[in-house]
Amino acid sequence: MNTPAPLIEVEQLEAWYGRRRILHGVDFSVKAGEIRVIMGGSGSGKSTLLRHMLGLNRPAGGTVKLFGVDMARASEREKLDVRKRIGVSFQGGALLTSMTVGDNVALPLREHTRLDEQTIRIMTGIKLEVVNLGGFQDLMPSQLSGGMVKRAALARAIVMDPRLLFFDEPSAGLDPVVSAELDELILRLRDALRMTIVVVTHELESAFKIADSITVLDQGKVLMTGSTTEVRASDNERIQDLLNRRPRDVQIDADQYLQRLIGEDA
Amino acid sequence: MEALTRPLAQLGRSAVAALAGMGYAAMLLVDALRLTLFGWRAGQPLRLRAVFEQMRQFGVDALPIVCLLAFTVGIMLGIQFVAALSEFGAQSQVVIAVAKSVTREFGALITAILVAGRSGSALAARIGSMTVSQEVDALAVIGIDPVRYLVAPALIAMLVMLPLLTVLADAVAIFGAALYSAPALNLTPTAYMLQTMSLLTPGDVGQGIAKSAVFALLITLIGVSTGFSVTGGAEGVGRATTRAVVVSICWIIVADMIFSFFLNR
Repeated sequence: MNTPAPLIEVEQLEAWYGRRRILHGVDFSVKAGEIRVIMGGSGSGKSTLLRHMLGLNRPAGGTVKLFGVDMARASEREKLDVRKRIGVSFQGGALLTSMTVGDNVALPLREHTRLDEQTIRIMTGIKLEVVNLGGFQDLMPSQLSGGMVKRAALARAIVMDPRLLFFDEPSAGLDPVVSAELDELILRLRDALRMTIVVVTHELESAFKIADSITVLDQGKVLMTGSTTEVRASDNERIQDLLNRRPRDVQIDADQYLQRLIGEDA
Repeated sequence: MEALTRPLAQLGRSAVAALAGMGYAAMLLVDALRLTLFGWRAGQPLRLRAVFEQMRQFGVDALPIVCLLAFTVGIMLGIQFVAALSEFGAQSQVVIAVAKSVTREFGALITAILVAGRSGSALAARIGSMTVSQEVDALAVIGIDPVRYLVAPALIAMLVMLPLLTVLADAVAIFGAALYSAPALNLTPTAYMLQTMSLLTPGDVGQGIAKSAVFALLITLIGVSTGFSVTGGAEGVGRATTRAVVVSICWIIVADMIFSFFLNR
């Protein structure tokens, strides 16, 4: 038996935002069954990398393959097939505010399957129970607290039993207890449902708790990819800054500084 | 030199932005029509339920206000035409003047402006806030094409409901005019209405309906494209809403003028 191809393959990915370069030739791959954490400070390009993996942005250069399908060149059919096999939980939850929690969770089932309403209700209920939100299906998203919104979004992300789950900033804006619960939930999903999970976060504690391996991004470049112990032991200065919450010492170029202040283009 | 080039650069930038906006709206139109016709083949079927829901919002919910305004405009036209035409002793022409101006111009124009204010802004606000809160991204990664889910139903519903509302507005406006001017012309309102019916040609009503279909395209496309282009959080949504209404009313009036020019040569 040959080794299975990685679920996600990113090669030499380039991304630009206007004239600003966000990603510099990023290489990245995730094997089936692992929990990969993408870590990095604000502006490191981790959200941009995630958007490219989800096929929401078109790469300026390089390729992004999910399940071996190149997302930029795939036909609509192929893209749809890939999207049925992934689940995404966005940072703010991104539940549709015009629908109840139950309808939100049931939405992928209603759109992509021909199951009858009774089955859909039961499956929705099961997934809501998984995230400890049983009985909340008739509330509107605006009636939920921050942690509940994230858990409901997670329920929607896993309702199609995806093989690959993306989780953007699971603990941002949540209190420590709730975010610890979410970490437990992520671990349970991997163990119970054998999902491959990619988590984007800047929370160190939760990153080290859940990760099998960590990719550290900084200013659009991959600093390193390795196990938690390897990352901890790294002698890279930027990684140690990130781990020890040290402020960057920014070098100021006197000439550039003056030019910025008087507003003249060099 | 800078003083000269800066406004020029500004002009160039806004021209490019305007052109890009039009291109984006045209792309949305083509995409929405393609998904409506062939979407089911690519696993993106248009949901009739969503279309009916939008029809209710754009059409049925607008009924009272459309009727009220059309009625008022009808009375207003009656007053003006009776006053103006009696100066030449041509009161007998009031019926045809009202009939033609309402069916060719006012019915479609009033209805479109009203719907642009009600539904164009609502579309921009809804899609704008969904864009800001990543709901549009969420739809896309669930495998629901946002154009199919949000744009196509709105477009179809608007294309059906705006012409229907226009025909209704025509009838109500003429009825309003009849109530005011029939006594002034020594006619009964019924006789006034019957006379209107005999004077109108299908072409007159058709002209208004054709215009309203174009207005429907403009309102929907401007609403959704400003919605999708929202940046800058809640404030951005507010700005987009206002922009959608102002831009679509401008386009409606310009399109109306162009239409009238070519249809009445």
